[in-house]
Amino acid sequence: MHHRSGFFFTRFQMLKSPYSHGLHWFAILVALCALGLIGMGGLVTSHGVGMAVPDWPTSYGYNMFALPISMWLTGGVFHEHTHRLWASALGVLVIALTRWIGGRQSRLPLAIIGGVEVVAGQALILLGGEWKGAGHFLSGIGGVVLLAALVWAPNERSSRPLPTLAWLAFWGVQLQGLLGGLRVVLDAHLFAGTRLGVWFGVFHGCLAQAFLVLVVVIAVMSSRWWVERATAAPGTARSKVLLFTTGLIFLQLIIGATMRHQHAGLAIPDFPKAYGAWWPDLSESAVTQYNANRVELSAHNPITAFQIGLQMVHRLVALTIAMLVGACLWRAKGALRRLCSAWFILIIIQAGLGMWTIWSNKAADVATLHVITGALSLVTGAVICLISGKLSPTRD
Amino acid sequence: MKRIIALIAMIGSAAPLLAGDFTGTVTLKGSPPPEKPIDPLKSDPSCGKLVTGTPTTTHYVVGPKGELANAIVIVKGVPGAKSTGASAAPVIVDQKACIYHPHVFAVQTGQKITVKNSDPVLHNVHTTPTVAGNKESNNAQLANGADIHLSFDKAEQFLRFKCDVHPWMFAYACVVDHPYFALTGADGSFKISGLPAGKYTVEVSHRKAGTVSQEVEITDAGGKADFSLEAK
Ligand SMILES: [Cu+2]
Repeated sequence: MHHRSGFFFTRFQMLKSPYSHGLHWFAILVALCALGLIGMGGLVTSHGVGMAVPDWPTSYGYNMFALPISMWLTGGVFHEHTHRLWASALGVLVIALTRWIGGRQSRLPLAIIGGVEVVAGQALILLGGEWKGAGHFLSGIGGVVLLAALVWAPNERSSRPLPTLAWLAFWGVQLQGLLGGLRVVLDAHLFAGTRLGVWFGVFHGCLAQAFLVLVVVIAVMSSRWWVERATAAPGTARSKVLLFTTGLIFLQLIIGATMRHQHAGLAIPDFPKAYGAWWPDLSESAVTQYNANRVELSAHNPITAFQIGLQMVHRLVALTIAMLVGACLWRAKGALRRLCSAWFILIIIQAGLGMWTIWSNKAADVATLHVITGALSLVTGAVICLISGKLSPTRD
Repeated sequence: MKRIIALIAMIGSAAPLLAGDFTGTVTLKGSPPPEKPIDPLKSDPSCGKLVTGTPTTTHYVVGPKGELANAIVIVKGVPGAKSTGASAAPVIVDQKACIYHPHVFAVQTGQKITVKNSDPVLHNVHTTPTVAGNKESNNAQLANGADIHLSFDKAEQFLRFKCDVHPWMFAYACVVDHPYFALTGADGSFKISGLPAGKYTVEVSHRKAGTVSQEVEITDAGGKADFSLEAK
C-alpha cells in the first residue's frame, strides 16, 4: 500500500521526515564499533590477559593515552590496552550519539551530568586508595559529557523512543567502562568465595551483549525504513517463539561468559562425547583425575564439577536453540523467512565454532570468533523480534 | 697409622649419620600425558626471539626409571618445628626467555623470594594464593627491571605465580611453615637434614600426580624411605 503512494509519501517525508541520514549511519558506526569492542574484549579473555595491565584507568602508571608503543606491543598488554583505547573511543561516540538524538534539549542534562561527574570524580580521587581509579575515570568521562553539552548545534530531538534508548546507551556505556575498570582494580577481592574479577568479568561480558543489542535497535529505529513505517504497523514481535528463542540465546551467552571468566580452559576437552561418555562422571575423584591428566598451556585454574556441568548445559541449550531457530525458519514467510534463514545459518556457524573451540583446545582466535558470532546471533534474533511486526507476511 | 686411618674412616662414615639425614627417592608409576610445545611463546614477537626451538610444558619431569622431579616431601609433626624462614637465604626465581625458572620451588613461611627479570621484555609477577593470610600481589616488572621481593605468611601447597602479559608463564611455590621439607631433584631424590629421632608421617605431593603419605621412623642414624606416585 505504501508502495503505491511512495512518491508522494517520500516527498512529504523530505519536507518533514524525522529521518536523518547522518544519524542513522552514525548509529550504524556506533553499533559496528561496539561489535568490534566485543571482539577485542573476547580476545582479552580468550588470551587470559585481563590483568596484563594491572592498574586502571592508568596503564603502568601512564595516562592511558600516553603508554609507550613498545609496552603496548608486549604480549597481552596489546590486547588489554587496545581494548581500553577502543572502549574510550566508543564511550565518546555514544556520548555524541546521545547529544545527536537528544537534540538541543539534551544540552542542559548533559551539562549537569558532566559537571556532577567531574566533581564526584575529583572527590573520589581525594578519597584515594581503590577509589582513585574510578575517580579519574569519572572525571574523564564527565569532561567528555561536558564537551558534548557545549555543542551548540540547534538540532531537534529525535522522535520517541529514540531519546530514551540513547540515554540508556549513555548510562550503559559508562557503567560498562566502570565495570571493566573495577574488574581490574578489585580483581583479587572475594565475594561469595569467588574473585570479584570473575563476577565483574561475567557481568561486563553480558552487559556488552545487551549494549550491542541496544545500539543496533537504535540503528534500526533511526533507519528510513523504520521511520517511514512508524505509524504503519506495530513494532512488536509477531511470535512468542521468536522472543523466547532470542531470550534463550541471551541466556546461552550468559552461560558462555560464566565459563570463559573462570579462566580454567576447557571444562570438557572432547566433543561430542564428554570425557569419553555421553554424560561425564562428576564425582570428586573423577574431577581430580581430569585435572591431573590435562596438560595446561596457560596458567589455568583447576576445573570443577560445576564448570563441567555448565558446559554440558551449554551444549544442551545450543541444541535447543538450533531447533527453535529451525522452527522459526520453518514457520516464517516472505521477508521474515529470509531473515530467519540468515539467523539459522548464523546459528549453524556458531555451533561449528563451538565445536572447533573444543577441538582446537580453545585456541584464542577461534574462541573469540565464537563470542562474536554469539553476539551476531543475539542481535539478529533481537532485530527479527523488533521488525517482525512491521513485515507484511504476504509481501515478499 | 692403621688406627689413625680407621679413626678417619670412622669419622668419615659417621659424619653424615650425625646429621640424621632423611633420604629417599620419589618415582612415578604409569605414563603421564605427553607435554605440549608452548606455541604461543614461540609465536610471540618479543619472546619468540629469545628461544631457538619451541619450549615444552613441564608438568611432569620424569627420569628414565620413573624418577619424579618437583615432588614436595614434607615431614609432619616434628616437635617444636617452626619456620626459620626469616633468617633463611632468599629463593631466587628468574624469568628467562619468557619462562619462570624454576617451575616449582619450595620456601618456608616468611622466607624471602627474589623474583628477577633477565629478559628484555616486560613481565607481570602475579601471585594467586588461595590460603587466607597469603597476600595476592600483581607487580609489573620492566625489561631487566629491579628485583621483586615477596614472602608468604601461611603454609600453602603449589601457590601459583603467573604472568598476565604472557599467559603461558606460570610457576608454583610450596610454602611450608617449618624447615623439614625438600623438593625432589631431576633424579627423584630428596634429603632432609636436622630431624630429631622419632616416628613421623611423611607426605609427598606432586601438583599433577597427587599426594601419598607413609609413616617413617627416623633414628639418630637418619632414615630412608621411597615413595611412589601414580599417573592414571
Ligand atoms: Cu611475562
